[in-house]
Amino acid sequence: MNTAKNARYLRRRFWNVFNLGMAMATTLFGLFWLVWILWTTLSYGATALNMELFTGDTPAPGSIGGLRNAFVGSLLMIGVAVMIGTPVGILAGTYLAEFAQGSRLAAVIRFFNDILLSAPSIVIGLFIYAVVVVPMGSFSGLAGALSLAILLLPVVLRTTDEMLGMVPGTMREAALALGAPHWKMIVQVSYRAARSGILTGVLLAVARISGETAPLLFTALSNQFFSTNLDKPIANVPVVIFQFAMSPYPEWQHLAWAGALIAAMAVLVLSLVSRFLIKDRSPR
Amino acid sequence: MSEPQKTKISVRHLDFFYGSNKALIDINLEIPENQVTAFIGPSGCGKSTLLRVFNRMYSLYPGQRATGEVLLDGEDILAPGMDVNMLRAKIGMVFQKPTPFPMSIYDNIAFGIKLYEKLRKVEMDERVEQALRHAALWEEVKDKLKTSGLGLSGGQQQRLCIARAVAVKPEVILLDEPTSALDPIATLKIEELVSELRNQFTILIVTHNMQQAARVSDYTAFMYMGEMVEFDSTHQLFTNPGKKQTEDYITGRYG
Repeated sequence: MNTAKNARYLRRRFWNVFNLGMAMATTLFGLFWLVWILWTTLSYGATALNMELFTGDTPAPGSIGGLRNAFVGSLLMIGVAVMIGTPVGILAGTYLAEFAQGSRLAAVIRFFNDILLSAPSIVIGLFIYAVVVVPMGSFSGLAGALSLAILLLPVVLRTTDEMLGMVPGTMREAALALGAPHWKMIVQVSYRAARSGILTGVLLAVARISGETAPLLFTALSNQFFSTNLDKPIANVPVVIFQFAMSPYPEWQHLAWAGALIAAMAVLVLSLVSRFLIKDRSPR
Repeated sequence: MSEPQKTKISVRHLDFFYGSNKALIDINLEIPENQVTAFIGPSGCGKSTLLRVFNRMYSLYPGQRATGEVLLDGEDILAPGMDVNMLRAKIGMVFQKPTPFPMSIYDNIAFGIKLYEKLRKVEMDERVEQALRHAALWEEVKDKLKTSGLGLSGGQQQRLCIARAVAVKPEVILLDEPTSALDPIATLKIEELVSELRNQFTILIVTHNMQQAARVSDYTAFMYMGEMVEFDSTHQLFTNPGKKQTEDYITGRYG
């Protein structure tokens, strides 16, 4: 080894160590904030955790209560949003991946879907406010669910499209070569191969909409009382957190922290479940 | 050809196009029934393309088209009114890479059968067993029929695919380089299997391996640059080729 080569080698080694160090430093930087956020939520939220949280409704200032109405309202709206957004998203994604491969229309749909995917959620909230809340003359759980469905739709559509895109073309050909009609091939072979991926997409979309506050402010508003009526304003975790955390009353602030903790935990559990599903995916 | 054979498929003036690119040029061929016919030739000579004409696989893709006539028992499969799904019930296909479906071994076989027949559980069990025995896979999988077909080894997966094709009771089986992704032992098993199936099905096998063609086939077609150079009994083609091009290829001078 001559000296010139040696110098190059040393320089490479320096850059290798330098870059590795930078990568680790930035990772630690990111993790630092994440851990801080989780720790804060945990330490403030944990002190407010008790059974009353799940049995009592949002209290008047100065009295004791829980978040039952908010949890139920959120679950209802998320449930309705999933029921509306998932079938539409999966069918549209199926169209893109199975029927419109390589077509111009598919490229256009994907482009607009990506715009919808990155649209600020407050814009979606305003839209539903204008086309649903104003004509109906009232804030409602249904309007909230619709705005969440619109937020969920592009995520599900995209994952379905991508997961079906990963199904090997030869597997499709093999099914068609047996004489299977197109729809049977999709339902029994493509969906089965992409099943866990699509389900993961739905779970991640649910995780995303479960924390959305902005669109619900304009649509579901909130409700101090327990209600399962989707025609009327309905309580929900994000808006209650927003209102209670900003309030001057310590009991409300504690409830807001508890709500934040439960919401964070719910998202964490959803992420873990989807991780598990990806891992569980049978090898190809 | 010396002795007369009943023709299963006759190809007449077949041209094939990928867009404006002509991939098969005026192919004429009489494929005998219940024999193994091998297609050999260098990469890109059109042998796989030809195979994919026989079950109209190409018609999935816009821009690919075939002109001329391909007669299966006298019926033109290129005719516009042809029901491709019924055609594919008669002509099964096994691909280069094993393509088990993401379901149990049992369901992999039952999938094809269910497309055409409504069977009771007992009958279905019997058909699945029969197909797996046909593909010499039964002994290896009989205790794990409910496990995923994706868990099998490459060679087993390929035999599963053959079992799946056989289960539908086709008349013709197309094998598109069925052993190119397999190790020598798995390859040997597939070749033995082809020999066992030869008298019940008309088998068409594309292979890049000349020894394989010589080992398993009764007839061999040598293709080059989209043209059918020579078609003869395997023995004749390999020992006494009629064309200089064929001789050059089988003696390894190009390809």
